[in-house]
Amino acid sequence: MSEIKKIKNLKEFSTSADRFEGANLLCPGCAHSIIVREVLNATNDDLILAASTGCLEVCTAVYPYTSWDASWIHIGFENGSSAVAGAEAMYKALKNKGRLKQPDRKPKFVAFGGDGATYDIGFQWISGCFERGHDMMYVCLDNEVYANTGGQRSSSTPIGSSTTTAPAGRTSYGEKKNKKDMLAIMAAHGAPYVAQVSPSKWKDMVAKIQKGFAAEGPVFINAISPCTTEWKFAPEDTIAMTDLATDSLVFPLYEIINGTELNITYRPKNIVPVRDYLGAQGRFKHLFTKQYEYLIDEWQVRVDNEWARLQRREEARV
Amino acid sequence: MADNMELRDIEVWDGNMAASQALRQVQVDVVAAYPITPSTPIVENYGNFSANGYVDGEFVMTESEHGAMSCCIGASAAGGRVATATSSQGFALMVETLYSASGMRLPIILNVVNRAIGAPLNVNGDHSDMYMGRDSGWIQLDAYCPQDAYDLNFIAFKVAEDHDVRLPAMVHQDGFMTSHTAQGVHTMTDEQGFSFVGEFQPMNDMLDLDHPVTHGVQTEEDWHFEHKARQQHALMTAVLPKIQTAFDDFEKLTGRKYNLVETYNMEDAEVAVVCLGTSVETAVEVMNEMRAAGLKAGVVGIRVFRPWPLEQLAEVLKNVKAVAALDRSSPHGTVGALYNEIAGTLFNTETKAVLTNYIYGLGGRDLTKAHLKTIYGDLKANADAGKPTTPLQQYIGLRGPKLSFF
Repeated sequence: MSEIKKIKNLKEFSTSADRFEGANLLCPGCAHSIIVREVLNATNDDLILAASTGCLEVCTAVYPYTSWDASWIHIGFENGSSAVAGAEAMYKALKNKGRLKQPDRKPKFVAFGGDGATYDIGFQWISGCFERGHDMMYVCLDNEVYANTGGQRSSSTPIGSSTTTAPAGRTSYGEKKNKKDMLAIMAAHGAPYVAQVSPSKWKDMVAKIQKGFAAEGPVFINAISPCTTEWKFAPEDTIAMTDLATDSLVFPLYEIINGTELNITYRPKNIVPVRDYLGAQGRFKHLFTKQYEYLIDEWQVRVDNEWARLQRREEARV
Repeated sequence: MADNMELRDIEVWDGNMAASQALRQVQVDVVAAYPITPSTPIVENYGNFSANGYVDGEFVMTESEHGAMSCCIGASAAGGRVATATSSQGFALMVETLYSASGMRLPIILNVVNRAIGAPLNVNGDHSDMYMGRDSGWIQLDAYCPQDAYDLNFIAFKVAEDHDVRLPAMVHQDGFMTSHTAQGVHTMTDEQGFSFVGEFQPMNDMLDLDHPVTHGVQTEEDWHFEHKARQQHALMTAVLPKIQTAFDDFEKLTGRKYNLVETYNMEDAEVAVVCLGTSVETAVEVMNEMRAAGLKAGVVGIRVFRPWPLEQLAEVLKNVKAVAALDRSSPHGTVGALYNEIAGTLFNTETKAVLTNYIYGLGGRDLTKAHLKTIYGDLKANADAGKPTTPLQQYIGLRGPKLSFF
């Protein structure tokens, strides 16, 4: 196993060798680029990367330009996982046959996909890759909406969010279904490591990415990625939004090792009301009306219950 | 290091085993596959080779055909020899990624064991899947028997992986009629087979860690057209000469001769049947009987379906008076694909042959000698009249009332 990169402080981290260029077409304030840089900068090892169709892909590899200074592949919306799994299989084959060009270097294999590519259309491919046990990391850039195509609902979209295909209106409060529990599903594959991360909790995030890189087998990372365009907040508030998500426990930070060992990795000192998280985003604006306000209370109950459940699971070690 | 397998000079193999053995002999680096009738035994045989040390590449059993081709694309872009197999519904599920593979110029080899496409669901052989692939940018080679299925795999790897080509290739064989029919197959030794194709030469390989590459970019109206044009240029200019060279080299090695367009008694033929797959052998048998009865009959077999051998076929058909295009796929709303191709091939030439279309054999329905005799009878009447004496498109072998169009 290669040596784990030592990262002392944020300044050093943010200025370490950059294999994802700032020259890209992502929106100002997009969290995707922050997450990608944190993943890539967590290691000095060589990287073989894939992306599913989505914001990250269309904004970073528009011919004749590329933002990637590491080998990168995109095929379609649903198969970023399989692309990198195929590359990993080729690595194993060429290693076995003695045909690697740099036989003493072991690259890491990482696939990126949005929540649409992960929770919805690419789910089968990811499940296949995890069941087969490819040595790869899958990072979901979870902005809870099909942002690249203009804000349609996905199965990651939370209750009450207004999207273009589940809009809030006179007779509807928007999305009716609760967000799919993707981490539990991926943990149930028996993956050696799955975790939720937030780009603003960078020490926690780097530690998890490094644990993921150190693990043998498929690793799933779910990263909260606030979307300035579709969540409707000011571009300079992206990091504040991730803080609200983690500190309200709407997006709790935890990891599951070998499918059973759950560890909560961040316990906010001051838990923020869910109302504050919802109130900061235009997509929930309609909830702050007499008609739909009961949904905010239901949200709080749901978040409290989930937090209690996570703590019970952490204690029980099952 | 994979073990060598001792083969007899002639082995009794069905088309599936012939394809599996070819994949073993060229030492594919990654096979990512999903089983589907009737191509399943290709994957099973390969798995058996892998489990017994005859293969040292990776064998990845995926969760679907789409996943299989997606893995093949990732593996090929990483830089190595890649192959898989499928049929029918599985082929249909792969279609999106077939376009990706060709657009990304990745020399993947896909063995397609031709089968009907539902609904209604049907496991038997027709050419619906093969025709579905014809705009996908792949090279399409057609085997008529297990021997062809073996030989054409070597040709496919040799041509697809050529750095002037860098396009994926399909090797087609007919479901059950070829895939499950055991015949004597002349073999090459492992050394001969591998040497014919040679060591894989990577290009723009993702695993060259000192030279990162970006695969599968976005292009819009500014560059998409140029990319597709470059792809078409390679397919249209480089491929047929490379296939011809590979055929010539293969003949020197094995004595077995293949042609871009296969011809049987076409030198003086006045009427000709043009078809694909196992039907070619049946047509040749009937053609010989028609010759004995005094009809100047010939048969043309399409060996390379894509890129379409337009000039070669025009030359072959230039003196005929009547041609029948036999399509084993429902064209759904127009004339058959072979009819269209042949019409396009002959339109700007001096050849004024009468061209008619027969739809046959859907879902594995037999094409009998009696059917072909009827076709040759129609062709003679058309040649004598100098115009169609039948509807342009007829269904043959169909139960119930006669069906014809145009």
